[in-house]
Amino acid sequence: MVINLNKDNYKKIVSKITPKENKVKNALISFFIGGLIGMLGQIIVTILENNYSINHNDATTIMIIILIFISCFLTGLGFFDNFVSKAKAGLIIPITGFAHAMASAMLEYKNEGLVTGIGMNAFKLAGSVILYGTISAYFFGVIKYFVFGG
Amino acid sequence: MTINFDDIYLKEASTVAGKEEARGNYKNLYDKTYLDYYMGEKTFEQAEMLMIKDSVKILKRKSGISLNKVDLIIGSDLLNQNTVSSYSAVGFKRPYIGVYNACASFCEEFIIAGNLLINKDIKNVLCTISSHNLTAERQYRNPVEYGAPKPNRSTFTVTGAAAFLLTNQKSKIKVDSVSIGTPLDLNITDVYDMGAVMAGAAAKTIYEHLNDTNTNPDDYDLILTGDLGVYGKKILKEYMKDEYDIELSDNYEDAGSIIYNRQKQKKVMAGGSGPACLPLVFLTDVMDKMLNKQLKRVLIIATGALMSPTMNNQKLSIPSIAHAVELRRV
Repeated sequence: MVINLNKDNYKKIVSKITPKENKVKNALISFFIGGLIGMLGQIIVTILENNYSINHNDATTIMIIILIFISCFLTGLGFFDNFVSKAKAGLIIPITGFAHAMASAMLEYKNEGLVTGIGMNAFKLAGSVILYGTISAYFFGVIKYFVFGG
Repeated sequence: MTINFDDIYLKEASTVAGKEEARGNYKNLYDKTYLDYYMGEKTFEQAEMLMIKDSVKILKRKSGISLNKVDLIIGSDLLNQNTVSSYSAVGFKRPYIGVYNACASFCEEFIIAGNLLINKDIKNVLCTISSHNLTAERQYRNPVEYGAPKPNRSTFTVTGAAAFLLTNQKSKIKVDSVSIGTPLDLNITDVYDMGAVMAGAAAKTIYEHLNDTNTNPDDYDLILTGDLGVYGKKILKEYMKDEYDIELSDNYEDAGSIIYNRQKQKKVMAGGSGPACLPLVFLTDVMDKMLNKQLKRVLIIATGALMSPTMNNQKLSIPSIAHAVELRRV
């Protein structure tokens, strides 16, 4: 009664039946939503520069704070996850995604205490971004120093 | 491996369901439904415990049996350490066994309870089973509020709980036999494709059960798998024909594919999954039809992906298991 399972055959059937994700569509959605976030950021910077005579560097910082605030606020209200699942990578890749990743992890663990819950899990998703962001920034800094002379 | 029972019966059952299930195809058949995922509790885990307690309370009322007449409680859920089952069991103050076979636990409970009931010292066993969409998401995937986009092949964990009473005193639905499945690894690593992980195990168990009982699919009024989802269901049918030369026809259905109204409930993607998926279909619609004698002989196959995020991160493929239970209206 022992049958030798043919795993290759099984895999063939699985890949034949499983629906393919529409990568082009997902990429386009991400591109446009991500682009909209970029545009929103630019509008905020321009308004700050022109109407409040804030210099470019400060305006950029304030813009980032505003976007982070909006996404954290919407995460807290429980809306942002719905937007994220519809916007594909469009909301995850910009700064909004980073803020959302931290806020959602903190919400998730808020019932497990300030230290053991929120403290230990806040960077559960965002930790990789910080770690590899810092490392790649270091290497790009080195490259920039040697290629363009600092 | 198939074990035949002489006098084990399914006496009574109760089901409670979450908000998404309450909009599904069997919305009118659940004993109780809840409006949101917290159900008035502080956390999702505590909400899942509430569902278990409610289902037991309703079962007590429906069957008229008090807990101190229950000889044994068997509980199962999807969480680490069988958390919600065991924490709920403390309140029942009865002997307790916690079991885990992921989504195959429903049939595993029949297997264990049935074999214990052969021992005449145990006259009735109360089994509980539960899953909660957000406790599962939190344990197996990302934080609940993160909302990472999901592919079309993914399934949606059912929120609900069921309690059922197995006894060795005669009643209307007899547990004829059970088949214990063998764990399988078919080299599938995709955590979003549970249907593909489990369909192979379901095929093997169905084949073995038919072989051991000398039956073919047409002998059953209904063959019902647990939570393969619409694509897993197709994979099972095709693989069953290809590998075992057995054709599953119209009397075959998958609980995960029919529990939701997939046309209206787009977020469930390929269908329902989780330990509570099969009981929320079988103990409602199917059991009613068995009691009405619309269905006489039913084979249910609970399918479980024995997945661990740890092992998945270590790049191991996902093993699966399926157990079968054959029931007959007497």
